[in-house]
Amino acid sequence: MRAFTTLTALVAPLDRANVDTDAIIPKQFLKSIRRAGFGPYLFDEWRYLDRGEPDMDCVQRPVNPDFVLNKPQYKGAEILLARENFGCGSSREHAPWALEDFGFRAIIAPSFADIFYNNCFKNGLLPIPLASAIVDDLFGELFDGYCLTIDLANQKIITAKGKELSFEVDENRKYRLLNGLDDIALSLQYADKIRYYETERAKRAPWLFAD
Amino acid sequence: MSGKTLYDKLWEDHVVYTEDDGSSLIYIDRHLLHEVTSPQAFEGLRLAGRKPWRQSRNLAVADHNVPTTEREKGIIDPVSRLQVETLDKNCAEYGITEFTMTDARQGIVHVIGPEQGATLPGMTVVCGDSHTSTHGASGALAFGIGTSEVEHVLATQCLVQKKAKNLLIQLNGQTRIGVTAKDIVLAIIGKIGTAGGNGYTIEFAGAAIRSLSMEGRMTVCNMAIEAGARAGLIAVDDVTIDYYRGRPYAPKGSDWFMAERLWQRLHSDDDAVFDKVVQIDAAAIKPQVTWGTSPELVVAVDETVPDPASEADAVKRQSMIRALEYMGLNAGQAITDIVVDKVFIGSCTNSRIEDLRAAAVVAKGKKLADNIKLALVVPGSGLVKKQAESEGLDKIFLDAGFEWREPGCSMCLAMNADRLDEGERCASTSNRNFEGRQGYGGRTHLVSPAMAAAAAIAGHFVDVSLIGEGC
Repeated sequence: MRAFTTLTALVAPLDRANVDTDAIIPKQFLKSIRRAGFGPYLFDEWRYLDRGEPDMDCVQRPVNPDFVLNKPQYKGAEILLARENFGCGSSREHAPWALEDFGFRAIIAPSFADIFYNNCFKNGLLPIPLASAIVDDLFGELFDGYCLTIDLANQKIITAKGKELSFEVDENRKYRLLNGLDDIALSLQYADKIRYYETERAKRAPWLFAD
Repeated sequence: MSGKTLYDKLWEDHVVYTEDDGSSLIYIDRHLLHEVTSPQAFEGLRLAGRKPWRQSRNLAVADHNVPTTEREKGIIDPVSRLQVETLDKNCAEYGITEFTMTDARQGIVHVIGPEQGATLPGMTVVCGDSHTSTHGASGALAFGIGTSEVEHVLATQCLVQKKAKNLLIQLNGQTRIGVTAKDIVLAIIGKIGTAGGNGYTIEFAGAAIRSLSMEGRMTVCNMAIEAGARAGLIAVDDVTIDYYRGRPYAPKGSDWFMAERLWQRLHSDDDAVFDKVVQIDAAAIKPQVTWGTSPELVVAVDETVPDPASEADAVKRQSMIRALEYMGLNAGQAITDIVVDKVFIGSCTNSRIEDLRAAAVVAKGKKLADNIKLALVVPGSGLVKKQAESEGLDKIFLDAGFEWREPGCSMCLAMNADRLDEGERCASTSNRNFEGRQGYGGRTHLVSPAMAAAAAIAGHFVDVSLIGEGC
């Protein structure tokens, strides 16, 4: 996994509440057995005027000029500014895969759906919940070329006006993201504890370990 | 010290190790797998040279992509076929039990888990699918995970988690005739919103919940995720224990008695303290119909489509305007005036035997309205299908003009051939009415099985509670 330390990048605004995972990556693309290549289909139904199907050459497709990510001033944006309950709906990790593959590294919103939030950290994507009023202010102060700096180690965002905003992230997730660590390897350090737990649990619930 | 909630007890039973920051390694008793969210996890396992920690704790089934007709011909769509074949191959390679497409026990992962007794009270249950919350109906801690976590569970039989907060939703009194588990949960989501349960585990309690069958309880917990909570729970009682007795994967002999004793304690203590409590008057709930593109945009069937102008919050108002436009509806329109094109009875929310019986009662001796282009009944599993056929429900549906299909997720998310065409309107017993969910440009109204059947017969929404008893 790619580590996340600091980032100064262009911000794209997606001014809609309850952006669901079906909107982030429609189901027809979930048939892939690969992990990469979802970026061209990110927000497919909003981004293009035709119906997307897997393996389509997106360069040839008619784009929706009104959709924010198609506007030239947001080309290259790596920070998505969004509204409440971003990522609600299914558990599909294809949603953060698509956002990451498209080029996003961080998402700022008043709130995130739990599973989506969790999935982001597994993919080097930093979701940042900020108070609704602060997100409103950020939407209000956007201008063409608006950039933010995100400093994960210090849990700070520095706005284009130089204002510092602090944000919450749990220590464990922060550590793993800062170092780009493999969760499984870290958990396997506790293999003895897992085995001990299984032995003890088998005394109380032997039917779970009948194999 | 105050007592413990059911969630507190389940959590404590499964902690392997807790870090200083409060994140814990949690043991997973049952891991369910399906074809859509597992291929990349197996690939990760393979690349790292790892093996499943405990094969027997995994159970796999293909459900999202499978066709619901002419199964003997296999899967026509090559991309879907490859995904299902990949699951078959991975399960064979890693020694994981799979109910393949031709197995009589095949079905929707959240239907077959309880049906087989593969998910049981007191367990931790995970699956790469957000509707894993369904299994909480048995007093299990069950929640959806992403593909990275699927790989993590395969490799370690554990997950790193932080404990959520406790939310109690108390349903006081009893529901009226014609009001089902689906209406209860839609009414809850309408009240607390789709983000209302974010960061919480919801326990559903109260007289109206206790009166539900296990099937009804599964419907309620299934949609906990639609209220933003990863997990929904219902305490164990005699209904729970009776349901699991004799199931294929349930404990047997002396183990059963041991399990029964252990499960009896799976309820919140009287003096347990919840972080938040929501009280709901069950008797006031009417049959529900969603009108928008989020499950929280829901009203009772005897109401009208709300007017965005009366919404004070600007972001919400904008969402409502957009939803009305997408759904092709006008503010003030009576719900019962909404004419539907297709009807879908199925999904992990409402495809169990009780759901099919409720729909059959309404459809019996009737015919589909002329404007209904297609009405699908998709049983949740091969065994539900068999049971329904033994009761003659298939005949009732077929005589009325419904199609009687093979089990799978089907038109809930339209990953197979069952879908809405652009602009088509559907009365659906599924769980999500998001834009494009049932097909590009499709318009979904979430309802109970009885309400869906009634809409199929009338051609538009009607209040089943007015049709009579037994709905």
